[in-house]
Parts: sequence; structure tokens; C-alpha cells
Amino acid sequence: MSDGIEGRPEPDDARQQCFESRLDRALKIEPPDWMPDAYRKTLTRQISQHAHSEIVGMLPEGNWITRAPSLHRKLILLAKVQDEAGHGLYLYSAAESLGTPRDELVAALHAGKAKYSSIFNYPTLTWADVGAIGWLVDGAAIINQIPITRCSYGPYARAMVRICKEESFHQRQGFDIMWTLAHGTPPQRAMAQDALDRWWWPSVMMFGPPDAASVHNEQSLRWKIKLFTNDELRQKFIDQTVPQAERLRLTIPDPQLRWNEETQHYEIGPVDWDEFYRVVGGDGPCNRERLSARVDAWNDGAWVRDAAAEHARKRAGSEAA
Amino acid sequence: MKNDWPQWEIFVRSEAGLAHKHVGSLHAADERMALESARDLYTRRNEGVSIWVVRSEHVHATDPAQSEEFFEPSEDKAYRHPTFYHVPEGVKHL
Repeated sequence: MSDGIEGRPEPDDARQQCFESRLDRALKIEPPDWMPDAYRKTLTRQISQHAHSEIVGMLPEGNWITRAPSLHRKLILLAKVQDEAGHGLYLYSAAESLGTPRDELVAALHAGKAKYSSIFNYPTLTWADVGAIGWLVDGAAIINQIPITRCSYGPYARAMVRICKEESFHQRQGFDIMWTLAHGTPPQRAMAQDALDRWWWPSVMMFGPPDAASVHNEQSLRWKIKLFTNDELRQKFIDQTVPQAERLRLTIPDPQLRWNEETQHYEIGPVDWDEFYRVVGGDGPCNRERLSARVDAWNDGAWVRDAAAEHARKRAGSEAA
Repeated sequence: MKNDWPQWEIFVRSEAGLAHKHVGSLHAADERMALESARDLYTRRNEGVSIWVVRSEHVHATDPAQSEEFFEPSEDKAYRHPTFYHVPEGVKHL
């Protein structure tokens, strides 16, 4: 798609005004529309990071497909992991509509230049982790993503509508695993508690750094790429998840967690942001493993891509003849 | 040789009697792969009974920078709408 504006030195004022007035009137921006370079760049970064997260997110759970405790659970997990691949593809398409080819986005991931959600750099040690990921990680993702269905960029908003519908299944299947374990034998309960202990804080961190320290918040809010701040979304997650943990009769690993009657919100203890930055910076438990699994998958699949392209070329040739 | 698969636009008919609707795009080496991938990607939950795939480069679109001039001719023609006309009192089935 041609947009005819790349490389223009300075956006002209009329176009800028038109763009801003569309945002003010809550009109969507579509791929061929004029947009400021910074908006295009920010969206490309955000959507491609989001796509990478979906694809890398397949790894910790994919790990358990062959070891699911029953055929029933295996089918469900397989469907969920397939969904994540689909989410990645919807999002790469949305990112491509901004002008960067998918291969370039994937290459940036493989070169370690692009980020993905840090949560996937934690290991899945037991089956209960699959439950905790669905319940907490997908639960957090839904809270993050529902507002994006109303964001200013049309292709991103539309992709997010599909994704949110599917995430809802992911969260429920995760909660269902936790529920089953929580109502099982004492070792099964302990396994569920252990998974909550390990996944709670990384899930709380999924919403990104606190508002005061967030680099992207303000501009993204103005552009309606983001509709709520990190802390607002995080609070929503906490308020909605704590009662669910209570129903599971599991304990959230935060001795300072308390209900504030006045504000009608839960308050949590201090978050270890050093850990967050350490994992974002590449030093989490599984960063290297995740990235090398992606690179291997890409390289191992090269012959399939080549064969398919060659087959298409031959067929096109024989039809033309 | 570079083996980038071309991009395809995907249209899905959700049930017989309804029009195909654009749902997104994907990359595929040829039309058969595009159809099969579109099925796997966009109709995983009974969302469709028919799929069209069209190479993205074959879609021609209006230029948003010229939208105003392009669509302007219909703007001042209110008489094309039934609500433009006064219906005298008591006249029925009009």
C-alpha cells in the first residue's frame, strides 16, 4: 500500500490538523490516511511487540501440550496455543498495514532488537502453571486489550476485537485448571498455590512500569493508542483477581495486600521493579531460551517456505504457458 | 531468490444470504494455501461458510487525500432520499 508520505521532511500543518481533528472526533485512522511519522513509528513498535508476545507466548504453554494430564486438557491447550499463533498473525498484519513488511518485524525480534512481553521469560515448571497463565496472564491481557478495541488505529482495533473474544476462552480454561487443582488432593492444591506464588507478581508487572516512570503513557493517551494508564489497568486487574483467588481458596503472595473500604479498591505491597527491568533487559530466567527457540523454528521452517514458494512459481509458470 | 509469500486480503461469508466481508489479511505462497490458511485463521469457530482470497496488490482503492472531491457529488442531492419529499396529510402507502 502506498501512503506517499514517507521521507517527507516536515508534515504540513493542514494534514497534522486534519489528523488531530479526526482523533478529537473519535474517527479512526486507516492505513492509507496521512499520519505523523511518530504515530506510525509508535504504533509499529507497539503492535509488533504485541505480535511478538503472542508468538513467544506459545512457547511456555506449548511445552505442556505433550504432557497434559488428559486428552481433554490436551485438546483445549492445543486449541489455545493455536489461537495465540492466530493472534500473532492478526497483529503482524495490522503492523504491516503501517508499511513495515512482516519479515522485517520478525527479523528485529530474532536479532534481539524488538521486545515482547516479559512474562514469557518465566518458566512453566508444573501443569498448574498452565492454569495460572490462562487465569492470570490471559486475564491481565484481556484487561489491557479490551480498551485497545477502541483505539484510534482501525486495523489494530479490529484485530483486537477478534483477539479479546478468544482470550476469554483462554482465561476461563486457565481458571478451570486452577479450580480443579484447588479442589483436588493436598499435593494438587499445593501445586496450584505454588503456581500462583510464582505468577502473581510477574502478572502484576505485565501492565508496565508505574505511571510516574512510564515513558510512553502521555503521548499514547493523546493519540488514543492507549485509553487508560498502566496503573489504572493494573488496579482493575487486582480488584478483579483477588476475589477470584479467594474463591479458589488460594493465597495471593503479598502480606501487605488489603481492601481499602474508603477507595473500594485493593491495595498491594511494593512491586519489585528491579526484577521487571532486569527481565525486560534480557536477564530473566528464560530470555535466551525463548529467543533461540524462535530463531530455530524460523530456520528449521525455511525449507517449507522455500518449497511452497517454488511450488507456487512452478504452478504460475505452467498456467501461463 | 527471495521467497516472500505475497499478501492476500481475506473475505468471509458468515452465512448463506449474507455478503462476504473483509476480515483481515495473511501471507501465502498461492491461492490454495491462502484459502486453507484463511480457514485455519479466520473460521476456527464457525465464523464462515465461504471464503474469498484476493491478492492485496489487486485491490484498488480511493485515495483518502482526495476523498472530499471524490465523494462530494452526492452531498448536495438530498432529493435522492425519500425523506426529502413532503407527504400530504392522509396520503397512505407512499
